[in-house]
Amino acid sequence: MTDAEIPPEGETPPEAEAEIDDIPIVEPDPEPEPEPMPEAAAQLLAQLEKELKDGIIEAGHTFGDLVVRVAPEAWRKAAEVARDKLECDYLSFVSGIDWMPAPKVGGDDTEGDTSTPAQPTETTYGVAGSDGRFQVFARVSSTSRHHGVTLKVDVDEDAPTVASWVPVYPGADWHERECWEMFGIGFVGHPGMRHLYLPAEFEGHPLRKDFPLLAREVKPWPGLVDVEPMPGEEVVQEVIPE
Amino acid sequence: MTLDFRTEALLQKHLADARINVELETEGMVLNLGPQHPATHGTLRVVVKLDGERVVSADPVIGYMHRGYEKLTEYRTYPQITTLINRIDWLSSFANEVPFIHGAELLMGVEAPPRAEYIRTILTELSRIATFVLFLGEMALQVGAITPAFYGFRDREHVLNLIEAATGGRFHPNFNRIGGLKIDLPSGWIDECRRVMKKIFDSVDDFEDLVVGNEIFEVRTRGVGVIPAGVGAAYGVSGSNLRASGVDWDLRRDGPGYLVYKDLDWKVWTHADGDSFARYWVRMQETRESARMVIQMLDGLPAGPVMAKVPRIIKVPDGEVWVNTENPLGEMGYYVISKGATGPFRTKIRSASFSNVSILPWLLKGVYVPDIITILASLYFILGDIDR
Repeated sequence: MTDAEIPPEGETPPEAEAEIDDIPIVEPDPEPEPEPMPEAAAQLLAQLEKELKDGIIEAGHTFGDLVVRVAPEAWRKAAEVARDKLECDYLSFVSGIDWMPAPKVGGDDTEGDTSTPAQPTETTYGVAGSDGRFQVFARVSSTSRHHGVTLKVDVDEDAPTVASWVPVYPGADWHERECWEMFGIGFVGHPGMRHLYLPAEFEGHPLRKDFPLLAREVKPWPGLVDVEPMPGEEVVQEVIPE
Repeated sequence: MTLDFRTEALLQKHLADARINVELETEGMVLNLGPQHPATHGTLRVVVKLDGERVVSADPVIGYMHRGYEKLTEYRTYPQITTLINRIDWLSSFANEVPFIHGAELLMGVEAPPRAEYIRTILTELSRIATFVLFLGEMALQVGAITPAFYGFRDREHVLNLIEAATGGRFHPNFNRIGGLKIDLPSGWIDECRRVMKKIFDSVDDFEDLVVGNEIFEVRTRGVGVIPAGVGAAYGVSGSNLRASGVDWDLRRDGPGYLVYKDLDWKVWTHADGDSFARYWVRMQETRESARMVIQMLDGLPAGPVMAKVPRIIKVPDGEVWVNTENPLGEMGYYVISKGATGPFRTKIRSASFSNVSILPWLLKGVYVPDIITILASLYFILGDIDR
């Protein structure tokens, strides 16, 4: 093999480069057609509607899974119905969502600073919608019938409380304690609300969007761009006059 | 009100006990187990109130290892997050990556090629074997038998070597990519894997001879820490712990379908008793079953690429997805909410050990102090999986 046949180091053939660049970034359709609800999810929803009636505000589905938003006063009843009528004996989790867009931290995307993935600045709500900033959501499933449902409930921003699920699912105890310290959402009827992860004197609710990640505030993450200089290219230190 | 004689005798016995307690003025004692204890894989602290040798109430104190992964995911891109979630359950890191990557793939509408799905399944089952083989040894250690622990570590080493050879990382492979895997398996790996699986079968037989028939082990575990099926499910206890209570539920078979478990011939093992022994026995059978699955997959491994075509910058469209998988320790789930950015808007991480341990206040009530240790060991949790 002569030198001429060896491709120069570190360069990919132009065809390969072009092939990678041609792949379009997957963008959602501007107006996606609403998919019909899968039959299994529709049956579950019908059962829930029979019991909760006006308690259901909105229902949606995502990847075959049923998501139901219930009224705050029907939250405890929804758990009872799920356990007794849908045979959902198993609790996966109870947690919260803060739909407020996070205040911008770190640098600007256009300058190549990828310290924080840029999220949209306008507030949008997910499957089954939301009435305001805070939501509590939970996932229950059936170990015998092998189905599950995600339940959501709106929580008032000024008085963030919702009924506790502990009398229905005892496993909700720790999940609700976590949600309380992370989002500041109170659970009425919880047997012993105290800190789970954080020390007792901790101030603030870390998973709220307005709670800054201090490490990022102090020093932005260099991210995808490798900013470390090569040996010999070190940035010249500014000379400090004596 | 008339009572039948049994109830009355029981009441009289309790009354007699209560009188003695008043006369002798016995007081409850608070015993602090941990934060450092050999039975807890990490730093779990359990504050137990004792009446004599019996536990009156138990209060697990967690959070010594809380790293705030749910918050951190909001500041990272999707490919960066796999590095974080490797460290949730560090004994089966590979299995942690799978549900998150699968969720991102669902949202993006990307499908990994069949060969990648097979290799993912093989590595998931290998992490399950590595986790369980260690458990089979360590559980025996908690009742005083030291030999099986060395066997456990020895055989886990074989499996970790395999994982290292394929992924480059023993503990934290970070091998999954959205749309497939980093690279293909190295040459000679498949033969080596077959050889190790033979060793695993032998080693599980060894454990069965050494531990299961042992009288001390049986006395210490049979009838200890019984979790009834209904209570376990309501607390969110999952995985082998729930199957040991007789619940025939395994997300690999009963879930919405992930990886290639549908192609394989395997069995879900359950045990009716729900005690510490049942949990040991179920994990022992599942180790064998996993090794059987791995051999089947090595035989049927399809050819082809291990990476689908994905854009260079991963942007995940709007949407929500809940993906849960059967991890070695139980149900691991991610609820990913995406808003079309390079990172998720919110990720709820549902880890198995968190719920498995939340049953402790209920489970430890009334047990003797030495049984706390065997119960903790038989539940088998990883502190990183509790604290996230």
